[in-house]
Amino acid sequence: MSSRLVTRRRALLTGLAAISGLAVTRDWSDMPPTYGNILRMGDDLTYAAFRMLPRQRLVREYTLADISSFPAHGVIDLGAANAPQIVRDYRRLLDGRFADWRLSVEGRVATPRAFSLNELKQLPSRTQITRHVCEEGWSAIAQWTGVPLRTVLERAGILPTARSVVLYSYDDWLTSIDLSDALHPQTILAYGMNGRDLTIPHGAPVRLRLETQLGQKSLKYLQRIVVKDEFDDGGAKGEIQTGWAWYMGI
Amino acid sequence: MVLSGHAAAAGPFTGHALWVRISHWIVTASVLTLVFSGFEILMVHPRLYWGEVGNDLTPAWIELPISRNYKHDGWGTPVPFFDNAAGPVSASSTYEIFNQNGWGRSLHFLAAWGMLLPGATYLLIGVFSGHIRRFIWPRARELAPRHVWRDVVDHIYFQIPPASGGPQYGVLQKTSYALVIFVAAPMMLLSGLTMAPAFTGAFPALLDVFGGYQSARTIHFLTFVSLALFVCVHVVMVVASGFRRQIRGMTVGE
Repeated sequence: MSSRLVTRRRALLTGLAAISGLAVTRDWSDMPPTYGNILRMGDDLTYAAFRMLPRQRLVREYTLADISSFPAHGVIDLGAANAPQIVRDYRRLLDGRFADWRLSVEGRVATPRAFSLNELKQLPSRTQITRHVCEEGWSAIAQWTGVPLRTVLERAGILPTARSVVLYSYDDWLTSIDLSDALHPQTILAYGMNGRDLTIPHGAPVRLRLETQLGQKSLKYLQRIVVKDEFDDGGAKGEIQTGWAWYMGI
Repeated sequence: MVLSGHAAAAGPFTGHALWVRISHWIVTASVLTLVFSGFEILMVHPRLYWGEVGNDLTPAWIELPISRNYKHDGWGTPVPFFDNAAGPVSASSTYEIFNQNGWGRSLHFLAAWGMLLPGATYLLIGVFSGHIRRFIWPRARELAPRHVWRDVVDHIYFQIPPASGGPQYGVLQKTSYALVIFVAAPMMLLSGLTMAPAFTGAFPALLDVFGGYQSARTIHFLTFVSLALFVCVHVVMVVASGFRRQIRGMTVGE
């Protein structure tokens, strides 16, 4: 009896030693920008754990009959009295029906360039009916049409050292995602919703659809995409300094 | 006497083991933090639904009056997506809702890890050391209707045996511990993970198991309610059976 107990204890100790060995030798440099923040420690563990899951599997897609009503939050404030310059710029683009709109792709790419709305629409598109999940707790299903972010990054010649992508919006928000999510087949720059052009409340002319994270990361009113060699939380306007988690896969 | 003795067969009980006491209090701290942050998260959207979809523009199963977001009606004119005006609509938010999810969600997941790691350790040691089999899992003999009935009657008449600082446990006590460990806790974890788009991206079958994202959220809430009831009964029984003795048993141990 006692020799069995010792064996169990030894098995447990060996297991613990193996786990700590893995933890010590693991490369922690790929941890997210919240690494070291005590409140976000759980999110970092979730990120590390989820990155061990099969990465390129597709999230569930639904049928046209599943399309539901869809609230719009974080709508651009066009009437703001002291609107920043970029919101005034957006207003001007809106008046010109987005003919002058450009999506700039820059940073760690071989050929930085700007895409017009028509150029994006001429790239191979993807249409998907997916479930949007808000951090608040509600959900909605819609059909999205757009060009995979992967295609746009490849057209600009993303460099092999790239590690993350920072996206900027016209209403002065930004978000950043790692390459695993950026290159996911369902991560698209959407210009169509439910078979029509994207409306202003949902992010016209182009918004990100990031189906593997919560809706908050699917930035509306896209303006600029910057490829980085390191994780970049975006500083003062990024999620961390505005009081949010960086990783929202849960 | 409810507590018929298996102690002789299984070896005498000599107080809660150190690993039991440590995991008990880490789990206690995690549960309190999960309840606090979980309630904050529920306050942000105090509506529950069944199926995949649920939002302020669709009917709720229940609405809880627990924050200023309750039935706030802060929505602009609905615009139909399709030519059918009775079909799905879009509407823009015009109301500043209560939302502290910036820290609430991160705290919830931090506490969830604080629950998962000691919980899994407890389960591993508990199963392999024979602790679960000896003290928690009800024996076939104890599950005999007469035996269960007697324990039920004892509880109805509040015939609580004086604290022994640990096992042997009665059959109802064993059953409720086993239900918490093997049903409610895994249900909490799985329904929580079903709400994670990255996780259901890798394992879409979970959505079928729970019947959709919103069903998983509602089941997460209902399981919380049953666990909260368990905690209330647990604390009442600890007090009724001898608070000082029980707390001494679960802290310094004897």
